[in-house]
Amino acid sequence: MSNLKHLTNGFIKENPTFVLVLGTCPTLAVTTAAMNGIGMGAATTFVLVFSNLLIAALKNFIPDKVRIAAFILVIATFVTIVDLVMKAYTPDLYKTLGIFIPLIVVNCIILGRAEAFAQKNAVVPAILDGLGMGIGFTLAITLMGSIRELLGNGTIFDIRLVSQDARTILIFILPPGAFITYGYLIAIMNRVKSKYSL
Amino acid sequence: MSKKLESTLKNMVLSLLLISAVMSAALGFVYSATKEPIEKANKAKEIQAVKEVLPPFDNDPTANVKEIDGLLFYQALKDGKPVGYAVKTFTDKGFSGRFDLMVGIRPDGSINTVVVLEQKETPGLGTKMKEPKFKNQFDGLSIGNLKGKSVKVKKDGGTIDAITAATISSRAFCDGVQKAYDLYMKNFASAVADSASVKEGGQK
Repeated sequence: MSNLKHLTNGFIKENPTFVLVLGTCPTLAVTTAAMNGIGMGAATTFVLVFSNLLIAALKNFIPDKVRIAAFILVIATFVTIVDLVMKAYTPDLYKTLGIFIPLIVVNCIILGRAEAFAQKNAVVPAILDGLGMGIGFTLAITLMGSIRELLGNGTIFDIRLVSQDARTILIFILPPGAFITYGYLIAIMNRVKSKYSL
Repeated sequence: MSKKLESTLKNMVLSLLLISAVMSAALGFVYSATKEPIEKANKAKEIQAVKEVLPPFDNDPTANVKEIDGLLFYQALKDGKPVGYAVKTFTDKGFSGRFDLMVGIRPDGSINTVVVLEQKETPGLGTKMKEPKFKNQFDGLSIGNLKGKSVKVKKDGGTIDAITAATISSRAFCDGVQKAYDLYMKNFASAVADSASVKEGGQK
């Protein structure tokens, strides 16, 4: 596979959210607003790129039987670094996203990519894979956040698109709405994929 | 390409030990590098929050902070005259546990305005407490216009319209404000000559 393929793989063909169905916990939990999607996606992408990088570089020094423990160590370290750096230099962003950052540690996408890709590949493809998966994840949860925010609150990125007095479909902001939206989006993605044989 | 390390006990212990050591060193480094900026950012956030809840002032309210029952009282002065207290209060009754509020109280004992500091309420529901539609209901509340009622949502017999589908957050918000207001009245309200007040004790 060419390097470009490693990058674009995560956008649609192996989109972590809609196709691999990994990392559903943050997908369902944080997508109540579009902005949350972008922030969570960016932070996840950062961790994904660096953990893939380090794991691909260290793969020969990690004995098979303790690989999961080693991966978790690497991932947790990067998450804590993101947490501290955001707290120090972007306090405003941290205020909105603070509670979601520690959640990245348990995001299956990151451990999944470390296990399925980074530990079997060289450093450059691993970085591209991390970047591509991160972007795919960001796009997916931002799309979901936009839909839920629009239907449930009448806004996208806090920009009001429906009049203040209009009744919104509150359930889309509540947890059941996450499952409903997610289900429809997966169905649509499957249809699109089979139609254009992506 | 060198061969992968065998999973012998020695190799496993060594590689995990090494990775842990390097990672903790990296964390220690980042922690010490960000410690100062984090403190600075927190202090700026505090002053910013005090600014948001009170009329303009010109002293440094973080220089002289009083702590009473876990609540922080920041006194704001302009040309040496008090323009009010900002009270950092909290509630444990939120939907997701504790959240922090800053309540500005003018010298006449009325609430100037309230802002939300730290919270982890449900995004899109409880977080609506940050919107003016809800929190502006608290502006100008005082013993005079509460007429003996406490700060409560309408369901509980108060005057505040709760947020749709976030009654718990709304109640908790009221609880935090009430706590700040009661303690302020108890400890700083000697200047408030409001006969409707039945709050006693601790007047300084």
